[in-house]
Amino acid sequence: MIKKENLKIAIASGKGGTGKTLLSTNLAAFLSERESTLLVDLDVEEPNDSLFIKGNLIRKTEQHKMIPQWDESKCTLCGECTKNCKFHAVVQMGKFIAVFKELCHSCYACSELCPAKALPMHPYKMGETAEYSYNNLKLIESRLMIGEEQAVPLIHKTHKLVEENFSNSIFQLFDCPPGTSCPVIAATENADFVILVTEPTPFGLHDLKLAVETMRKLHKPIGVVINRSGIGNDDVENYCKTEQIDILTKIPFDKNIASCYSKGELVYNKLESVKHSLNEILDSLKNKIPCQSLQGFETLKGI
Amino acid sequence: MRIAFTSTGKSWDSIIDSRFGRTEYIVIFDEETKTLELVDNSAVKNEAHGAGTATAQKMYEVKPDVLITGNGPGETAATALKNLNMKIYVDAHNLTLEQAYESYRNGALKEI
Amino acid sequence: MKEIVVLSGKGGTGKTSITASLAVLAGSEAVVADCDVDAANMHLLMQPDFAVASQFYSGELAEINQNICTQCGLCSNVCRFDAIPFQNNKYTVNPLACEGCGYCQKVCPTEAISMKKRKSGYVYISNTKVNSTMVHARLDIGAENSGKLVAKVKSKAKELAEHQNKYFVIVDGSPGIGCPVVSSLSGASYVVLVTEPTVSGLHDLERIYSVIKRFRIKAGCIINKHDINPQKTEEIIEFLNRENIVHLVSIPYDIAFTEAMTQAKTIVETSSRISQKLIDAWNKIKEEAAKN
Repeated sequence: MIKKENLKIAIASGKGGTGKTLLSTNLAAFLSERESTLLVDLDVEEPNDSLFIKGNLIRKTEQHKMIPQWDESKCTLCGECTKNCKFHAVVQMGKFIAVFKELCHSCYACSELCPAKALPMHPYKMGETAEYSYNNLKLIESRLMIGEEQAVPLIHKTHKLVEENFSNSIFQLFDCPPGTSCPVIAATENADFVILVTEPTPFGLHDLKLAVETMRKLHKPIGVVINRSGIGNDDVENYCKTEQIDILTKIPFDKNIASCYSKGELVYNKLESVKHSLNEILDSLKNKIPCQSLQGFETLKGI
Repeated sequence: MRIAFTSTGKSWDSIIDSRFGRTEYIVIFDEETKTLELVDNSAVKNEAHGAGTATAQKMYEVKPDVLITGNGPGETAATALKNLNMKIYVDAHNLTLEQAYESYRNGALKEI
Repeated sequence: MKEIVVLSGKGGTGKTSITASLAVLAGSEAVVADCDVDAANMHLLMQPDFAVASQFYSGELAEINQNICTQCGLCSNVCRFDAIPFQNNKYTVNPLACEGCGYCQKVCPTEAISMKKRKSGYVYISNTKVNSTMVHARLDIGAENSGKLVAKVKSKAKELAEHQNKYFVIVDGSPGIGCPVVSSLSGASYVVLVTEPTVSGLHDLERIYSVIKRFRIKAGCIINKHDINPQKTEEIIEFLNRENIVHLVSIPYDIAFTEAMTQAKTIVETSSRISQKLIDAWNKIKEEAAKN
């Protein structure tokens, strides 16, 4: 038995648009009917969860990354900083040291190796984290500023904020960005389990394979949710069976789901098929994860 | 004075390149000798990051007195170049270098 | 030569399916670039032959020579990315965490650390089923999607278009607003935005448009699945009018898209009623892009 206080579940996908947000928001709301639940929106470039979880805004926190700031009075124009920066973010041009904020990776090399200490690190706002409360559900949403290009630093900051302030939520769901590159790696960092959402189409299958490969590299236990089941073909299902990946549930294709989603509404209380799927996910997780909190969780029946 | 243009081509009747960082060429017109000098910026094109940085550095090496361009360099590059006492003029979109020069002379371009 | 970049902000709006349709309609008039490099899909519809493949390197990775390492731990101390943990009695670099900043190399007292070029993926040049050239790529798992691979794909596509005298480069862009998107936008003549009438779709459309505005590139919009929420479609049209974005076409939801996909076809290769909508859109795009 994992004697954990909380269970961290990441919801990811290879392909965008498969239903991560649909699942994250509905599963979070569903779980919060019984236990304190936290939903963290880590799709920092395009965060959408707050469109569906209409909670009260509790607090907004500015998030910063550290970047060097040129102190002309101390600088000897030795040019070491330009040599030390691998990202072309600090460049000496004659008597001027230019710092290109968007390129900086905050490695501190230029700052700490400057012989004159002329590049002290200063915080620079790159995003915002908002906390919302909706009954027993807390939503943490991080949003990258327009013009900022790097998602990873904000995702890391958000994880830290969650660790420091919200570890008493029993269920912690992390809505991840799509794809398989570094933002997803950062988003799934602390997850105990990763749910991969896919659709039964060739695009869905292709990207699911990439997502599975990624999660296996990270040694994360996984389960698949097939959304829009009924369209496309059986290739995704067959792939899961061959690879011995559990299909936690299949959410049937239903234009009503799209309709509710389009209006920013939660759907599990309106459609029995979705509630049924959420129950199936819960049952699957119980069998997979020996976690105390989960075992005691009664499946909700009926509307 | 030496006037630099971000250019899509190599000659006086080439069209201004609207971009700064990924401009194809930098063409420099020397008002005294009335000659054109060409700097090929194609190596910078492949950069995902730091195109503006690299082009700004090239500007620093070339040191024109005036830069005439379309969209203009981003904030950091602009500050760096202005520190080199370079005057930057923007909004020369879709003009030939010759037309852009005329506009600059007539005060029709915007200085940033 | 006109570079047409297709973006969406939000994933799942149908961007790739539509871009592939435009590429098929353009036929051999265009060079195609799949810049949606993180989980690229366009090849599933264009049937490229992967004729030329080249490895792609981006950034660097630190490597510790254990024979020289004295385990002083300085590298681990200076690393801001927790990429050099002490495990199994030695310091080793975690490639998934290392960002290639080289700080560790600079402080190592015995020069035990070297920075190696990092292999990040592949770039392919192919011939497609409509006899056009396609440049596409594969980004390795966990690689940094810095936009450099996107830039490489685009610049290769442009180079080939110039060489082959093609009038269009059609680019399938990346979702989101980060560096790969900015990289897709650079040098674009025209942007096609694909959206859907949902709160998420509109929210993400506004965000991506504020990025595009900074580049001062003209844009047009295709509203896909417009009939799932007519009211939201109206809201989107109002937004387009306010921002002077051309409303190219509205496409109804149709299972034919998915059916075509399962047969590795774009919708315009079927007899679906949707085809005409895309033909109309492509004509309008050509018209608008030429206006520049």
